Amino acid sequence: MRKDRKQQKRKIPRDWILLGLVLIISIVLLLIFPDRKEAVTTVSWKYFIEMISILPAVMVLLGLFTVWVPKDIVVKYLGSASGLKGIFFAIALGTLPTGPLYIAFPIAAALLKKGAKISNIIIFLSSWACIKIPQEMVELQFLGSKFMVVRLVLTIVFVIIMGIFIEKIIEMN
Amino acid sequence: MNCTALIINIMAIFGLLIAFAKDKDKAIQSLKIAGKSFIRMLPMIFIIIIIIGLLLGFVPPEQISRFIGEQSGIKGVLLVGVVGALMHIPALLSFPLAASLLYNGASISAVAAFITTLTMIGTITLPLEIKELGKKMAILRNGLSFVIAIIIALVMGAIL
Repeated sequence: MRKDRKQQKRKIPRDWILLGLVLIISIVLLLIFPDRKEAVTTVSWKYFIEMISILPAVMVLLGLFTVWVPKDIVVKYLGSASGLKGIFFAIALGTLPTGPLYIAFPIAAALLKKGAKISNIIIFLSSWACIKIPQEMVELQFLGSKFMVVRLVLTIVFVIIMGIFIEKIIEMN
Repeated sequence: MNCTALIINIMAIFGLLIAFAKDKDKAIQSLKIAGKSFIRMLPMIFIIIIIIGLLLGFVPPEQISRFIGEQSGIKGVLLVGVVGALMHIPALLSFPLAASLLYNGASISAVAAFITTLTMIGTITLPLEIKELGKKMAILRNGLSFVIAIIIALVMGAIL
């Protein structure tokens, strides 16, 4: 875990440097093609407003969940659950808004050691990666309800199939 | 501000109110975490906003459509899927980027593939995943995630 944090710390200035580079490139581009300036700034401004109207609130919700939902809740509920109940818990616990995927790997490793079903661990990881509640809300905002709901349903179906499939492969050998 | 943004902001405010009523220290701690993660994401937010601006300001929809639009077929979907798998940006920021492409020539399948591979597959975090879960499970999960992302994308393109 300590290594992750170090990586995290090094990442911060790198992103700012990248931003500087992108800024310089865009300024040069707009100096060469001044006629594009209006189109670029209008689009960027529109997306800036949309993002700033939603991201701080999403971050607050993330913060609240991180502090109030105990870390061992996943191991507690998924450790021995199986069948439909196991699949349900795997998806539901993955949707809780609690940080990026690499935080889930040690939790998944703990589950493995505790003897949780491999299918449930895969489903949990996938759900954590792409069915998170704050992500779904942002998807709804930018891509509309139809896109979001259809992708959500398809993702749940295929993630369950994938989890069971991977379990079969690993148990076969 | 549209409806979704409004609901999320109301949820956040109510959440905070309840949090402060229950336990002030914990509430402040959540706010600190929120602030830190927002600042950490800030440069990426600006980068994405500028890239969207440049993309839509300079690249005409016909060009976007040629590479990742309807007529690009499965090749376009696979291309975007690979780009999504290799990219390492916060999932939350993939949605505005995806939306800007969708409204300017990209196909539904391509956009769905992009979001799904971006969120499910972590090439940069793969070494960590291998360390925690073993080589077999990590590679199976990432590899099959790519396959199901493409299937999900194609089904979405067919029904939407």
